[in-house]
Amino acid sequence: MAVTPVTDTVLRMRGIRKSFLGVPVLHGVDLDLRAGEVHALMGENGAGKSTLMKILAGVYQADGGTIELNGQDVAFAHPLEAQRAGVSTVFQEFNLLPERTVAENVFLAREPRRRGLVDADRMNADTAALLADLGLDWLAPRRRVRTLSVAGQQIVEIVKALSYDARIISMDEPTAALADEEVELLYRLVRTLRERGVAILYVSHRLKEIFDLSDRVTILKDGALVDTVDTARITSDELVRKMVGRPITSFFPDKLPDTSVGEVRLRIRGGGNEQLDGIDLDVRGGEITALAGLQGSGRTEIAHALFGVARFTKGTVELDGKPVRLRSARQAVRAGLALVTEDRKAEGLALNQSVAANARLVLDAVLPGQAGRRATRIPGILSSLELVSQGTGQEVRFLSGGNQQKVVLAKWLATDPAVMVLDEPTRGIDVGAKQKVYTLMRELCARGVAILMISSELQEVIGMADRVVVLRDGRIAGELPAGSDEESVMKIATGQVSA
Amino acid sequence: MTAVGVRPRLSHRLGSTELVYLALLGILVIGAVLVATSGGNLFGTANVVDMLTRSSLLGFVALGQTFVILCGSLDLSVGYVMALCSLVGATTMAGDPARIPLGVGAVLLVAGGIGLLNGLIVSVLKVNPFIATLGVGLIIKGYLDTNYKGPAGKVPAVFQQFGYSRIGFLPVSTAVMLVAVVLGILYLRRTRSGYHMFAVGGSQEVARLSGIRTGRVLVTAHVLCAIAAGVAGLLIAARFGTGSALVYGSGYDLDSIAAVVLGGTLLMGGRGGIAGTLGGVLILAVLDTVFNILQVDPFFKDVLRGVVIIAAVAIYARRQIDRRASRTRFGNSGNGGTSPPPEPTPTPDDQFAARQGAPQ
Repeated sequence: MAVTPVTDTVLRMRGIRKSFLGVPVLHGVDLDLRAGEVHALMGENGAGKSTLMKILAGVYQADGGTIELNGQDVAFAHPLEAQRAGVSTVFQEFNLLPERTVAENVFLAREPRRRGLVDADRMNADTAALLADLGLDWLAPRRRVRTLSVAGQQIVEIVKALSYDARIISMDEPTAALADEEVELLYRLVRTLRERGVAILYVSHRLKEIFDLSDRVTILKDGALVDTVDTARITSDELVRKMVGRPITSFFPDKLPDTSVGEVRLRIRGGGNEQLDGIDLDVRGGEITALAGLQGSGRTEIAHALFGVARFTKGTVELDGKPVRLRSARQAVRAGLALVTEDRKAEGLALNQSVAANARLVLDAVLPGQAGRRATRIPGILSSLELVSQGTGQEVRFLSGGNQQKVVLAKWLATDPAVMVLDEPTRGIDVGAKQKVYTLMRELCARGVAILMISSELQEVIGMADRVVVLRDGRIAGELPAGSDEESVMKIATGQVSA
Repeated sequence: MTAVGVRPRLSHRLGSTELVYLALLGILVIGAVLVATSGGNLFGTANVVDMLTRSSLLGFVALGQTFVILCGSLDLSVGYVMALCSLVGATTMAGDPARIPLGVGAVLLVAGGIGLLNGLIVSVLKVNPFIATLGVGLIIKGYLDTNYKGPAGKVPAVFQQFGYSRIGFLPVSTAVMLVAVVLGILYLRRTRSGYHMFAVGGSQEVARLSGIRTGRVLVTAHVLCAIAAGVAGLLIAARFGTGSALVYGSGYDLDSIAAVVLGGTLLMGGRGGIAGTLGGVLILAVLDTVFNILQVDPFFKDVLRGVVIIAAVAIYARRQIDRRASRTRFGNSGNGGTSPPPEPTPTPDDQFAARQGAPQ
């Protein structure tokens, strides 16, 4: 940890502002990077980390504020400009060509030539030299990138960045997809870069990494700068508090009086597949069980497993005490499950069809025998959700996000589900619609429906759930009762404590 | 790359180009046996010449098609370009040997222009290549149908040699095609512009972010493709002695795509090459020759070709799936494709690699 204090600031971002479609995402953020430091950037989902990073990378352009690189004002209109100025970014989705070799990727668009022809030998030799210089001799320049592990691909990205003589490298959750021993490999590379005076902006959710690697940490919350501190002078408790510490509002409706917790309606035992392992989960009627965890921790994968998208290859699933085989979405719906998906536009709605057609979609497709009878209830459901539309003939693509979500909910309510799985039920919808969704969840509970809610908004998890199951790396990492605080959830999710 | 102790299947150890030629060998052997049982010899001069002659025409078209498919595009206008160019060549030459260079030049110009048009529609107007090239093809078809009711123009006897003469058993047209193939292979493997075709096909976004002018690459590929089809048109004119509009009905558009895909080039682009395409062309040529000798019913012939193409692509798809399956977090399929760092010993099974593209 002890590094000779270097103070030459290579990058100075001041008052960076950015809005998307009128919604402010960053309001005036400052960030300094020094040569030879690992600078961690922390914050919850939606705090603005990625946006800030993309502005630095030239993917987005800031609406306001200044960026000073080595004392000169810059504004990157294109990622290539940033790269040429010595600012490289390693994104989570790799910018690599999987079918090409390591060397071909590193020297893409800059292939060395001799007498007009690409000098593949020199390209491979140069790549080998770059790799050897970083102690990565085991990586063969001629290897196809597709055959590398995620860590290997990440290393190729970093080597590519270095080959541009990058003085600043930002990394977006570089360890999110890595196994433990691969993380160590990345650590070593990051440390090597630091010794060479490269400034590294390191976005991560994992507290351990922040403390293992970083010299300073900047915390963002709701698009604003909370603080920049020396990592050595802060405890993980303080860090978490700075990250989540927001006032809890009385935004969430109370439980309805006649709600009682009933029998287990959905039971998973030992559920596992390529992404999940040892999932034991009980969801009771009249209860909201929340699945919390970081992006990619396996929350959505559980919903997908239940709906046969990437089904469980191990373990058993019971619905109302009866074992069920869920090999497809169709079987899941017939068994009494409903899934409000995370991406409502791509997976929840037929956008260019009418409200009425969308609301009948599941009934018509899966329960045709009962469709006619059950569909008579749809207008009632829609009006109870206070859908605002120009009639049921309107195409759903013209509705607001909140009203679209109401159509999705109506579609599933029409099937009278026993278990309702809600994946990010309030993502991207306005406050009023959010409250309506919450009220609906309470009403469903009172009717004995079992609710499994997946959410990355901790506030929502704390405000609504009777039980919080926290996932990490595809496994259940812990469970917390109602009334737990956000910090406890975050600590389990980031692996700081295991409950 | 594969878990120790598990021998990968043969088809997994070979590269796709080797696999194509292995398939060609297999088809040659089976074909030879079938022909032998009906009292013939597949490797008799007449049959070899037949196979090579068949492959030269499709070879040119498929060579060009490889460039566009590698870029993630497609060209459905090649059949119409061939027909048009056979007419342009034959009418420009008008039976005069002195006008041969003029005819060839006119063909290259017309074909290049059509390729430019295709490329610009795809890259600037962002029209899906399927639609763009189909549209351009239909425009050419309309022009041909209005203006050419029958054969037109005359190819001088000297130029007809391009269609008929042979060096030993090797037809001149095939020799020219093979030279073009070698040049094409060198172009893809040794020039920046060739490298960038793989990049554009692999991911336009990655290519663009790396500073490649993707539009230019796409246009180049389309121009090369159309010119290759134009040369095929010249070859047709040389064989017929005249230009013919009806060539567009011979299915060279789809056959060329089939040959490229048979040759192991991904239809989505980014991987493959001309060596494989040549293998695909030869496979189709051998099949046709064998079917001809055995006098297989022409309709049934198409059924068999269809089966072969689907089977080949199914095998490639399978290989792709096997490779992707290694990217999992849990599972006991071994650690497909983890680069072992020297110091930390990789733990088996558990916690390996990761998810395919984290959902954001």
